[in-house]
Order: sequence, then structure tokens, then C-alpha cells
Amino acid sequence: MFYSIKELVEQAQDYPSVAALMVATEAENTGRSESAIRSLMARNLDVMAESITKGIAGVKSVTGLTGGDAKRLDQYLGDGTSYLGPIALAAVRNAVAVNEVNAQMGLICATPTAGSAGVVAGTLMAVREPFHLTREQQVDYLFTAGAFGLVIANNAGIAGAEGGCQAEVGSASAMASATLVQARGGDAEMAAQAAAISIANLMGLVCDPVAGLVEVPCVKRNAMGAAQALTSADMALAGMKSVIPPDEVIAAMDAVGKQMPSAFRETAEGGLAATPTGRRIQRRIFGD
Amino acid sequence: MAKELRFTSVFDIIGPVMVGPSSSHTAGAARIGKVVREIFGEEPTRVDIYLYESFAKTYRGHGTDVALVGGLLGMAPDDARLADSLKIAHERGIKVTFVPKSDKVDHPNTAKIALQKGARSMTVTGVSIGGGNIQISEINGFKLSLSMGTPTFITVHQDVPGMIARATDLLSENNVNIGTMTVTREAKGEKAIMIMEVDERRPDLVEKLKAMPNVDNAAYFE
Repeated sequence: MFYSIKELVEQAQDYPSVAALMVATEAENTGRSESAIRSLMARNLDVMAESITKGIAGVKSVTGLTGGDAKRLDQYLGDGTSYLGPIALAAVRNAVAVNEVNAQMGLICATPTAGSAGVVAGTLMAVREPFHLTREQQVDYLFTAGAFGLVIANNAGIAGAEGGCQAEVGSASAMASATLVQARGGDAEMAAQAAAISIANLMGLVCDPVAGLVEVPCVKRNAMGAAQALTSADMALAGMKSVIPPDEVIAAMDAVGKQMPSAFRETAEGGLAATPTGRRIQRRIFGD
Repeated sequence: MAKELRFTSVFDIIGPVMVGPSSSHTAGAARIGKVVREIFGEEPTRVDIYLYESFAKTYRGHGTDVALVGGLLGMAPDDARLADSLKIAHERGIKVTFVPKSDKVDHPNTAKIALQKGARSMTVTGVSIGGGNIQISEINGFKLSLSMGTPTFITVHQDVPGMIARATDLLSENNVNIGTMTVTREAKGEKAIMIMEVDERRPDLVEKLKAMPNVDNAAYFE
């Protein structure tokens, strides 16, 4: 088992990839066979793909607050006039799709949480065709993301109620950027740098859901988390490094989460939730 | 493992597959409900659910209420019937109340569940620690820390002599090592609960525990 990013990078030297280290570690910890572990992950992959397909087709949330934007983005992507390139915009669209399905109480795969489930799935489904990722490579993508996520979860946290949105979309974006680096042949150290840059970029992000619902701003924050993951992955692949080492960045995120007032930790008492419109929406949905 | 980790499996991070919208407030809540149901061992007729901090403030928006009750009915976080759980509970004659509390507790996502059936009653406190992962922090006022992910047997049995010896003998005969063990009871000579966290994955032994005399119910989860 690896307890820090430093240990993760060191231990990965003995394996072909971070994904292989993660599968071996999971087998050791649980006593399950590697093939059983891989097929469990393949089911998660299928659920992710299905949630994106469903979201792009167009959904509406139980409250009507969100839904239909993945479909809009899909049409806009088809126009070919966007600032973002087709891969980045597809990742953004996919991330929106997953979280719209989540808000509709549809089936999703929490990665690392439901509210941040669009980031890893969204980037994966955007890069798998352009970069010809095989099904096994797609499953590996999730193991690599999970390896980095485990270290972040154990040294900081992944619950918005504990650490704000930085712990959710921030962690998801770090996981996605690290695995994006490995998917293009970057080594474990470069992947670690991408994760560190991602967390640093999203440090302090508050969890301020309007009416306490995982809808506003969660759906669009996932889009941002996906785009940010691609940005940090490209920075790391270009050879850029985080000045602050990855484990120190994670410790800083943990400290920031602990210093964060409870109004910004999924209580619907601060940020966008506390705006006049946010309050009005809350009253409309739940009464006084 | 050398250190005590909150998250030990890659599937704590990539997963669970679940019905939205929140892993901590929906999936975690459903898991708490399901484990509490397994600990209680039968369908209750009355449930009072006390919600704390973030659970208290946002439970309606996240479907925490729906998920807790779904779990108490035995549903898993990916069960499509979750959305209808309150209606199903009503139809089965289960009386459910929700009580948001303003007290400070150790973790923001905490639910204390008081169950009743006839003369039997029990309280269990569950904590949702993120990503759908949960812990059980209290049973009948007895503080403990049960992490899911560890193979665990729970029995509900009559408080009569020899129960602990019989259960531990069974595990010993099957080469199952007990890591931690907790025994608690409602009152002397009434219902008792035994919780054994073990090192081996042996769901098959739960039927043997159930078959022991004076055992009302036994459950296994990991």
C-alpha cells in the first residue's frame, strides 16, 4: 500500500504503470484475483459510458433546475466554432452529461463522489477515441485515477461536507489530470506533478450548493474540473512542475478544508446558496 | 496494513455505482440504512431518524431521507426503487419520522437511527465519510468504530450463557481470525448484539451463525 504520492511514485517503478501497481495493491489488500478486480472496474466503466450517452440525449432533473445542457453543448460542438478544441469541449460536454444524469437520480459511478463524477468519466470518454485507447487501457485509466484518489482521500478527504468543493471536484480533477498524463505515456512522476498542479489550481473552492441540491453549481463545476484536468495534464506533459511537492499540496488542501467555515462545506448556507436567487430557489422547492 | 486508513480500496474512490445525486448524502445514507437494518435483524415498525449538521440542513435536497429509508428496507445504493422508498415504507406500515438536530457532532454527515419493533428497540449511529463510504459509530449508546471494507459478522441473539463461546468456536474451527469484537445488550437476559471484525472473507459462515440456538439473526458485510 502507498500512503503518499512519493510512495506511490516510488512503488510504481516496480510495475509497468501506476494502474498495474493499483491492481496489485488491491489484490493484496482484498485477497481478490486481479481478473476479478479488473472486471469489477470494467462494470464501472460501462456505467460511466451509459450515463454520458443518456445525458447527451437530454435529461431533466427532479427539480427542473438542471438538464439539457449536455445536449446543447453537443450541438455546439458539432458546429465546430468553439474556442476549445474538440477533445476539450467533448470532455466538458461529457462531464455536464454525467452530472445532469446524477441530478435526475439516474445511475452513475461516483468518482470519487457523485457530485464530482463527471470529471474522470468525462475526460476518459473524450480521449478514448482520438487516442485509440483499448478497453483494457480505459480500465487502466480508472485504476490510475483511483490510485491518486486514494492518496488524496487518505491525506485530505473527498467529502464536500468535510473539505468543500476542492475535496470533490478538486480531487476529481487531480485524479483525471494524473491519469491523462499516463494515458499519453507520461511517467508516474509527471502524473504526480499534474495532480499537484490541479489541486493547487482548485485550492479553496467552496461547496455552496443552491438549496442543498447537487445541481447548481455542481454541474458546471464538473465541466470546469474536466477542462482544468486537460490543462494540467498538458502542462505536466510539456515538462512543467509544481513548485510545491505533491504531498505538501495535498496537506495544504486538507488544512484549507479544516479552516473553511461550515457555511462553505455543503450546508447550503454560503456562497451561491446564500444569494437572493439561491434562497428564492430553495423556498420554491422546499417551502419555508 | 501498518497504518489505519479511512480508504483502503480503489473501489472506495472509483465507485460505487449508485442512484444520484450525492455519494455521501444519498449512497452513503442508503448504505447506513442497510447496515442498520442488518444489525437490527428484522424490519422495524417504527423508525426515528435524527440528522446532524450537513445531513440536517440538506437532507431533503440530497434525498438523504429517501436513501436512509430505502436502506432500512434493505435496498442497495444502486436500487432503482430508492426514489419510492418513503411510499413503500408507508405501505408496509412502517412509521418514519425525521428530526433535524442542531447539536455538534464529530462528523458533519451523521444520522442516529432509533428502531422499534414491538418491545424491541435499538439505536445505531452511522457516519457518511465521503464517496459513499460509511462507518458505524454507536450501537445502543456504546461507542465503536466499524469501518465498512473489513469483513464483519453481526449477530442479534438472546442474552444467555455460552453465546460468545459458540460463535468464536465456529470461527476458530473455520480458521477465521477475529480482529476486534464488541458485545452489547439491551438489558440483562434480553437481546444482545455481537460484532466481530475478522481477517478472512467468509460470507458462507453467516448461515451457520444463524443456525445456532438462541440466535435471532446474523449478518455479514464487508
